Amino acid sequence: MTGAQGDAGIDTVGKLLAHAYQMELEAQERYAYLADQMDLHNNAALAGLFRELSRIEGLHAADIREQMQGMEVPEIGQLDYQWSGSEGPETLDFGDMDYLMTSREALLLALKAEENAFEFFNTLLQSTDDEDVKRFASEFAEEEQEHVELVLKELAKYPEPEGPPRDDLDPPMGQD
Amino acid sequence: MNVMQTPAFKAGDFKSDLTPVWCPGCGDFHVLLSLTKALAELGTAPENVAVISGIGCSSRIPAYTNCYGFHGVHGRSLPLGAGLKVARPDLTVLVMSGDGDGFSIGGNHFLHACRRNIDMTYVVMDNRVYGMTKGQPSPTTEPDWDSALSPGGTGLSPFHPLVIALASGANFVAREFSGDIKGTTRTIVEAIRHPGFSFVEILSPCVTFRPDERAWKSQTHVASVEATDDPARAARRIMTDDGFNTGVLYRGKRRPYEIHVAGDAADTSALEQAFAI
Repeated sequence: MTGAQGDAGIDTVGKLLAHAYQMELEAQERYAYLADQMDLHNNAALAGLFRELSRIEGLHAADIREQMQGMEVPEIGQLDYQWSGSEGPETLDFGDMDYLMTSREALLLALKAEENAFEFFNTLLQSTDDEDVKRFASEFAEEEQEHVELVLKELAKYPEPEGPPRDDLDPPMGQD
Repeated sequence: MNVMQTPAFKAGDFKSDLTPVWCPGCGDFHVLLSLTKALAELGTAPENVAVISGIGCSSRIPAYTNCYGFHGVHGRSLPLGAGLKVARPDLTVLVMSGDGDGFSIGGNHFLHACRRNIDMTYVVMDNRVYGMTKGQPSPTTEPDWDSALSPGGTGLSPFHPLVIALASGANFVAREFSGDIKGTTRTIVEAIRHPGFSFVEILSPCVTFRPDERAWKSQTHVASVEATDDPARAARRIMTDDGFNTGVLYRGKRRPYEIHVAGDAADTSALEQAFAI
């Protein structure tokens, strides 16, 4: 997952919408990809969870796309988005995955992603002087805060397990 | 909505419908993403790109792209790529390999591919282990890596791919960390654009057999020095760094191997005649 701060250069509503849309789209695609990964590793519970998260991000992306109608939205090169890291703040890092990952661990990553997205818009909200950018950033930050609360609610269903969290009866290091 | 510009291709245009079977957390997912982003950035149509590989986890990559591909035999991806480039110089040829495939059984081909300087790009996903065959040490494994299959470590000096590439005549040499998608994408783009043989080593963690490699995320860092066109200076730098410097190390000026194609590349009659008994 990449960092949240990266508001430099987002000085128009068009640029903000382009970033917000890309952020949701990237998160939607990544969750879908991770769901497929987990299907391959027979982790049906996690695949279902990632698929649901992908669906939610997709709805959010569709909302933003709706808001883009009639606006002047620039096409931003894939390497030119103002993220502080390599990918959008709401995108889970492939490197954080594990084939024995539990739903709780996945939700903790999703929580971090939503917090990063909130932070991204909140930082922009605090730093911009443009009233229109402020209005949209505030709206998006509020939505991301709602997502944080949703994930927290979901997380409450998966209490921290007691004892060793992982068990593989046929571990990959078994050859000796 | 009004969009100012529409890029010719998106990264997704270069992905196939197959779901990669790599272990969750594997660095090769990042490499696939960077590769497709790089190809989109270059704007070359998928049908004008060929992705060639050998054997190993990383060598599955052609199947996950929408380009032409060849999943060849162990260690022989470079001769395949070279042959293709000579026959079809109009194609962008990418050879994708791993440290076992590329530096052990394919080690000799690596030397001569650098020396020939044919205009193609060689990307090696280095995880310092044979992951597909369950965790044996590879040519780049640290001598003291202790595992069930190499108790106490091998005690052998690891292969230095970047130095060997420089010494053998590669025209572009770089190292990246798979998790740095922007950096890796930019370097692959530059490697493809640079004339001659380009070599990119990507540190790509094997989280299953080398869970310690998850730490590469914090250990790798962008090199603070600019690339050089002096191979001796580049070699000194790479031999004295901590092994985790990333970025372009060397941009050479050697003339690439000159490819002479008689007539139409699609017309194979002359070739058939040459092989006629």
